[in-house]
Amino acid sequence: MDTLVLLLITGLGLGALYFLVASGLSLIYGLMGVLNFAHGAFLTIAAFLGWEAGRRISDGTWTGLAISALVGILVGATVAVLTEVLIIRRLYERHIEQALVTVGISLAAVALFEGIWGTDPIYTDRPAWLTQTTEILGARIPNDRFLLIACAALVLGGIVLFLRRTRYGLIIRAGVENRHMVTALGIDVRRSFTLVFAIGGAAAGLGGVLASVYYGYVSAHLGSVLLIFAFIVTVIGGLGSLTGAAIASVLVAVLQQFANFYLGGTGDLVVVVLLAAVLLIRPRGLMGKAA
Amino acid sequence: MSGPVADEPILSVRNLYGRIAGQQVVEDVSFDVPATGVTALLGRNGVGKTSTIKSILGLIDRTGEVRLAGERIDRAPTHRIVQRGVAYVPEDREVFGSLTVAENLRLAERDRSPRRELVASLFPDLEARREQRAGTLSGGQQQMVSLARALVNENRLLLVDEPTKGLAPRIVDEVADALAEAARTAPILLVEQNLLVVRRLAERVVVLSSGRVVFTGPAEELLDDHDRVQRFLGVHDEREAA
Ligand SMILES: Nc1ncnc2c1ncn2[C@@H]1O[C@H](COP(=O)(O)OP(=O)(O)OP(=O)(O)O)[C@@H](O)[C@H]1O
Ligand SMILES: [Mg+2]
Repeated sequence: MDTLVLLLITGLGLGALYFLVASGLSLIYGLMGVLNFAHGAFLTIAAFLGWEAGRRISDGTWTGLAISALVGILVGATVAVLTEVLIIRRLYERHIEQALVTVGISLAAVALFEGIWGTDPIYTDRPAWLTQTTEILGARIPNDRFLLIACAALVLGGIVLFLRRTRYGLIIRAGVENRHMVTALGIDVRRSFTLVFAIGGAAAGLGGVLASVYYGYVSAHLGSVLLIFAFIVTVIGGLGSLTGAAIASVLVAVLQQFANFYLGGTGDLVVVVLLAAVLLIRPRGLMGKAA
Repeated sequence: MSGPVADEPILSVRNLYGRIAGQQVVEDVSFDVPATGVTALLGRNGVGKTSTIKSILGLIDRTGEVRLAGERIDRAPTHRIVQRGVAYVPEDREVFGSLTVAENLRLAERDRSPRRELVASLFPDLEARREQRAGTLSGGQQQMVSLARALVNENRLLLVDEPTKGLAPRIVDEVADALAEAARTAPILLVEQNLLVVRRLAERVVVLSSGRVVFTGPAEELLDDHDRVQRFLGVHDEREAA
């Protein structure tokens, strides 16, 4: 029982990280048809700069972490917006070029980060509580899981409210369904492209800081690994569906944890098998729109 | 605002070419839409009527000269053309199925004081279904949403593509009523296969054949000429077409 609970909550925590990356990927793909391979780089730069800011002001404290999170969010959003405005926008509707250029950015970014921060992980200091555990149903759960889950839930709630309650949210929901008809109603849909990049970048930035909490280090490859699983999650959830991304994040991460524990460390393999199964049986994913 | 000169067309199209995926679908099309009433754009299936409208709106790659009340719009992006007062009711309605009726309409509101009462009076059916997802509406109701999205703003020109396609006769009449009402406030360029509807609404017709204009003139002149109707439109007469 205690193992089950531990695996479940750890899975939820990891799923929270996946969701913070996948939410942006899914919105960006849904609205613009862009597979943004640069998303992992947004996360990594946010993690590094967030860590740099936090440790300088107050290392290993909640204040330091809050500053890291804030800086991470701002950096993630800014870098994402710059990427959209300076590069993606110029390749409007040229999806293959867009995907290629984001792959290029992600490769160049890793090289750049390694140049600045080195190739080895840099271990980070965290508030003491996050390194302790809390007992739930007999299981000793590392406290950082709760922080991850709470943050992802807040982000999910925030994005849902934004999509449901604001005019831009309305434009984005409509644009995910039929971009051309949105322009044909006199709306400059390109402005919401930038906004979606900002939101996705902010979520990834927060994800970067939280990933450094979860793993206990920052590294130039932080984003690359999470990006792979976030893409898998996005495809399983249904490209363009935020709800799908949320459900699939939890599903994939929990499955991964259970397989790692009960099936001899085969978590990644099981996830890939799940991906293949979804692609074969239901190519549009759990919640994706029909092709 | 200084209105257009009395006889100036609201829309003038000169040597319009349109391409989809590198393929020429509109070829050297020229015609005018007068500043009042309904002008029907006719032609056989696949002749390029929808593509002509999309070229005017910049929804597909186009070259040529398009003027709205004398001003060039052929280089403007779609949303700017629409903001200038050109409303579009596309073939197949293209309502946002995952959005409610109310959200579809709210999205379309461009004016500071949208004409919600007019829309409510034209389409009382929709009022009762404001919170229903548009994707779950019947075809006729979706067409009402699509028309309502256009009519909620004040427009200088309506581009309406096959609004009665696939609808039951009673609904066809309702749509035609709404268009007749709309035509009193703005000129309409109407693509329509149902020649009874064309006869009822249109004063003038423009006929396309293999991507080019082959006839422009009063609607009656064409519709009363069964020979030409058959040659241009491939139907025998309006009783069969209806
Ligand atoms: N997405 C597309 N890709 C390639 N060709 C297309 C595409 N859309 C339309 N066409 C071609 O362009 C030509 C004109 O099509 P269009 O839809 O404008 O005709 P239409 O007159 O509106 O026909 P209908 O009466 O059936 O609505 C057709 O030959 C069609 O096959
Ligand atoms: Mg057509």
